[in-house]
Amino acid sequence: MTDATANPSSTSPHSGSLLEQDPLTKKRNASEARFKAYGLIAVCLGILALVVLVVSILNNGLGSFQQTFIRLDVELTEAKLDKNGNRLLADIKKVSTFGYAPLIKTAMEKKLDDLGIEIEGLSEKDAAALISKDGPAQMRNRVIADPDLIGQTVSFDFLANGRVDGYLKGRVSMESAELDSNISPQQLMLADALREEGSLIKRFNWGFITAPDASENRPEASGLGVAILGSLYMMIVVLLLALPIGVASSIYLEEFAPTNRLTDLIEVNISNLAAVPSIVFGILGLAIFINFAGLPQSAPIVGGLVLTLMTLPTIIIATRASLKAVPPSIRDAALGVGASKMQSVFHHVLPLAAPGILTGTIIGLAQALGETAPLLLIGMVAFVREYPDAPPEGFFDPASALPVQVYNWTQRADPAFVERASGAIIVLLIFLVIMNAIAITLRRRFERRW
Amino acid sequence: MNDMRIVERTVDTKEIKISARNCQVYYGDTHAIKDVDVDIEDKTVTAFIGPSGCGKSTFLRCLNRMNDTIDICRVEGEILLDGEDIYDTQVDPVQLRAKVGMVFQKPNPFPKSIYDNIAYGPRIHGLAKNKADLDEIVEKSLRRGAIWNEVKDRLHSPGTGLSGGQQQRLCIARAVATEPEVLLMDEPCSALDPIATAQVEELIDELRSNYSVVIVTHSMQQAARVSQKTAFFHLGNLVEFGETGHIFTNPSDPRTESYITGRIG
Repeated sequence: MTDATANPSSTSPHSGSLLEQDPLTKKRNASEARFKAYGLIAVCLGILALVVLVVSILNNGLGSFQQTFIRLDVELTEAKLDKNGNRLLADIKKVSTFGYAPLIKTAMEKKLDDLGIEIEGLSEKDAAALISKDGPAQMRNRVIADPDLIGQTVSFDFLANGRVDGYLKGRVSMESAELDSNISPQQLMLADALREEGSLIKRFNWGFITAPDASENRPEASGLGVAILGSLYMMIVVLLLALPIGVASSIYLEEFAPTNRLTDLIEVNISNLAAVPSIVFGILGLAIFINFAGLPQSAPIVGGLVLTLMTLPTIIIATRASLKAVPPSIRDAALGVGASKMQSVFHHVLPLAAPGILTGTIIGLAQALGETAPLLLIGMVAFVREYPDAPPEGFFDPASALPVQVYNWTQRADPAFVERASGAIIVLLIFLVIMNAIAITLRRRFERRW
Repeated sequence: MNDMRIVERTVDTKEIKISARNCQVYYGDTHAIKDVDVDIEDKTVTAFIGPSGCGKSTFLRCLNRMNDTIDICRVEGEILLDGEDIYDTQVDPVQLRAKVGMVFQKPNPFPKSIYDNIAYGPRIHGLAKNKADLDEIVEKSLRRGAIWNEVKDRLHSPGTGLSGGQQQRLCIARAVATEPEVLLMDEPCSALDPIATAQVEELIDELRSNYSVVIVTHSMQQAARVSQKTAFFHLGNLVEFGETGHIFTNPSDPRTESYITGRIG
């Protein structure tokens, strides 16, 4: 004891005052502060990038949820629509949209006369062109649904032409119309006049969410209905296949399989599969499901199968991780009271691993929902206007998918499709956020401590 | 410790419950248990003592084939329970474990209610015909586990919410609920404070009247307090096996003496 107290303080390496930092401590603190600063900068840059992305998407895409409509009273003349006058549906159906177009033209002329609008250099045809090329189809659908309307004057809310819609949203101006063969400044003047009068209105566009895709020259009529249905069907297929197969195989690999060369090989390959580019799965799907198994092209069942292959590794890896995280003492406890291996897994281990499994599954599904490349190869990029039937037959009908629809629209010439594509991205993002929110909620709710 | 008491304790000759003959255990290439011969009596507490890594837990886990879950573990020799070889190919380890219950070092209640913790074993073994039966089994087991009075008002709250000592007694009650004939305890008190340890030890002494209890412990005082027979393991060998009083006061092997006097281990 006396030796320790006699030890002179000058030889101790920690001789300085505690109130003052020695050079080594200063250096250490400085490097720690630098590291924290780097981290903070990285996080800020990340957030900034995210904000820029979200803002630009919202800026471009929010417009697609609003659409311009033109209200017009159209006389559905019997002479044109039902020559025989017997209201037979078969006869009415014989009249194509070309038969309806003149009615719109007449109605537009009448409207201009009533309002006393006269614009120099604006032909009657140009005036009628304010209404979307989808207008006659809108009318025809309504007449076929209710043939008694023939002979009456009915008020329709027609979709406005994409350029007129763009004019109201600021995408098209008088100057750009000057150079545009699709629209003239005179037509825009007419649009202004109609807006003042109140028959040109902008309102929420349900059609964007429910309507099917439309052709190149009528962007205003295009919607995401078929794509949303197709994506939904694919997710159902993926969930029904990938969850049971993935969870069962991970339980087998993790709890039952002996550790040997073969299981090691399988393990390595599952990890590798998770890193395989998704387009490769597309080629696989094309070769196996379409060319070999003869399943129809563009069908959600094939898309779902391909995405299942792609999602399986993700689910297996997540499930195995959460099975591993269950403490072995729980397994011992179950075996100790005489439970069989399977009882210990299904009664105790699996419920504890469930939150992790669900999270992994939902993240896998979200990944699959946003996947484009493999779907291009199996023909889901096709232009599909027919809604698929209700499942299970609907799984075999052609459909589109949300990310493919985005891809499709960004390739089209009309600038209105840029807005549509951004709008579709917003819808896709909303679905992804909802799925992730569900994953987080499930994890919070079922997470147990032990 | 009143060592005199131990010396005076007499043990009647009892039926042999478990007997191991020429038992060998290998972990891969490691020879963990060498030539162990031991006879464990019914209605007796048998303690396994020895320094860390001497194989006492390994041997304990052989008695209800918990080592089966370890792939690289291999058991040779003979372990007989009531004269039947438990490593016979026809024996289902699940049935064996219902007969030979186990309590682990760390309290490991299921993250379920106290009631479900106890009821799980009887349920999977079909011991209860109806709800009333099950209630009765749960109450009886909790009483035997000396924890009934503490938990009777909160049977449906989670078992993981109990204190460490209570959790361990819950685990003992859970092991008892399946009506085993042998109870294996792997250092049941190592995670407990002295008061909880005393409660568990008292419980072990009570359990002796119904079961054959085998306990692994690092505490020689505990072995002396609770057991009638003691086996001393060293480096995978069973060095000495005999009556507890004899082992602690008059060991015949110099290694045993060094261990209990604190020179090795």
